[in-house]
Amino acid sequence: MFFNEDHEYIRSLAKEFAEKDLAPIANDIDKNDEVPQRIYDLMAEMGFFGLKIPEQYGGQGLDTRSYVCVMEEICKKSIAASLIMSSANSLSTAPMLLAGTEEQKQKYIPGIASGEDFMAFGLTEPGAGSDAGAMTTKAVEDGDSYILNGRKCFITGAPFAKNAVIFAKTNPEKGSKGITSLIVDMSLPGISVGKHEDKMGLRGVATSDIVLEDVRVPKSEILGEIDRGFITAMKTLSIGRIGVATQGIGISQGAMDEAVKYIKERKQFGKRLADFQSLQFKIADMETKLNAARLLVYNAAYNMDEGNDVTKAASMAKLFATETALEIVSDALQMHGGYGYIKEYSIERLYRDARVLTIFEGTSQIQQMVISGIVIGK
Amino acid sequence: MNILVCIKQVPDINELKVDAATNTLPIDKAPNVVNTLDTYALETAVRLKDADPEVKIFALTMGPEQAKEALKSCLSVGADKAYRLGDVLLEDSDTLATSYALSGAAKVLEAREGLTFDLILCGKQTTDGDSAQVGVQLAEHLSYPQITSAVEISVDAGKVRARRETGDGYEVVETALPAVVTISKTEYEPRYASVKSKMAANRAEIPVLTVADLEIDTALIGLNGSPTKLKNTYVPQRKKGGIKLEEENGEIAADKLAALLSDAGIV
Repeated sequence: MFFNEDHEYIRSLAKEFAEKDLAPIANDIDKNDEVPQRIYDLMAEMGFFGLKIPEQYGGQGLDTRSYVCVMEEICKKSIAASLIMSSANSLSTAPMLLAGTEEQKQKYIPGIASGEDFMAFGLTEPGAGSDAGAMTTKAVEDGDSYILNGRKCFITGAPFAKNAVIFAKTNPEKGSKGITSLIVDMSLPGISVGKHEDKMGLRGVATSDIVLEDVRVPKSEILGEIDRGFITAMKTLSIGRIGVATQGIGISQGAMDEAVKYIKERKQFGKRLADFQSLQFKIADMETKLNAARLLVYNAAYNMDEGNDVTKAASMAKLFATETALEIVSDALQMHGGYGYIKEYSIERLYRDARVLTIFEGTSQIQQMVISGIVIGK
Repeated sequence: MNILVCIKQVPDINELKVDAATNTLPIDKAPNVVNTLDTYALETAVRLKDADPEVKIFALTMGPEQAKEALKSCLSVGADKAYRLGDVLLEDSDTLATSYALSGAAKVLEAREGLTFDLILCGKQTTDGDSAQVGVQLAEHLSYPQITSAVEISVDAGKVRARRETGDGYEVVETALPAVVTISKTEYEPRYASVKSKMAANRAEIPVLTVADLEIDTALIGLNGSPTKLKNTYVPQRKKGGIKLEEENGEIAADKLAALLSDAGIV
């Protein structure tokens, strides 16, 4: 209903890759805290980094549903392996596609689409998470440049990013209406990155602070209009929501697969766990919730492809799919009993990996604000 | 250089599960894929094309309508053109009849495309039939030299050189082109399609050759043209679990074994 034959073909390609190349190393990615370069090379060859990026900027020019198909299959096996591709298709490139000049698009996007360069998204600060408008990083005009000072935190890929979109206050007295976005070369003097955060889950892609000390950024690198950066940030996050929602349905299916396999093998009280009705009913509930989540995600993707406003649809998809993921990984772990608490079983990793989904790119509470704001109005 | 890669669509053995009730493999329920060793044969050809853009790769299969999906898969990972040989007259062909029909198709394709195939690659054997006969018989029908079980090949100055597996190790052999080479599992893995090549292949038209297009003797194809006669298929009887002797030492175990063999009337 939501997909055509092309989508199914693209999904089958991603499925083959996920099963053959990701599944066998998914636990190692977590253990070694590193996604092997070979995996990124394969994803680049298949065109995954530029799936949604327009063809004139080196991408594949495909729709949101194609992106959902690929992300879902990858996330069934490893969300960590999906992070860079997800970023390339949303947080890394959306700010430029939304607000950049033609020159900026030509200069930066093709490298991201090919997987060679990474562009970090520098919005969050130690004191400005959900309340992004409270940021304190400043950009002060100085001749043909702006001088940046401040600290960004929890920035995915910061340690290896070639560039970053940094949001900074150009007119602090105007609050969120005084924020400007700039493209910052990560090799500029005055930029340093903090230590790799030792994360609970989603291990494999480094996350760290970006510290800016008197960083001189040429005015040509201003992205969009002065003081209009907050709008770019919010629109970008809105686009990213479908990606995180897809990570939710992907990991949920991964957890379901582990649970079903386990309860068909494990015997207690002389019969398989799968023969206990309490667990059968639990599986039925999990499957039903997962499919409800899936429909919300597919619906949001479809409407985005149709050019409709998906602000509410994407927030509902993110809220429900990620909260459902937490329930499903928890239930799936419970079915594993004590073994679910041991790292040897994948469900232990899935449980940790899923936890961030209701937090990053807009917490569940932010999604509730978006949804209720639209329903109730002002 | 023009390379013909012969492939077969087979049930995906990774998805096949024995039906516990009947003890058979429900082949019709498994998805179909390109035979694994055929994907290595194709990858071998595509690597020759990577090194020399003048190389043209043609994929050919003999099979029913659904086999076009296998050919599309070949197009998505580097084949330039694909043909399906399909005809009810070919149904129930054994390996000899199949290889004969394929040799006829190869000749027709050469005429149609106005070229000659310098190299014909086949997977060494299939995961369903497992006979490893079609490739070698194809070479005989065409009166071409052949190298079997190759794991690495190179082409230079009208010759193909191959490293081939043997029971004891490896041999490096060389023959003049045109030649047939059957490919075993190589060190390299077949590449993935890209999203774009996958979509393009999906839209590709796969031309069909029928028996009428070939200059072959129809008495040598199909069930009647197949010397292999299938008498019966059955599930092999499961062997009962053996007896494991665990004694204090080898001597006692040997005595017990001798007694058991003697009681059974074997010694």
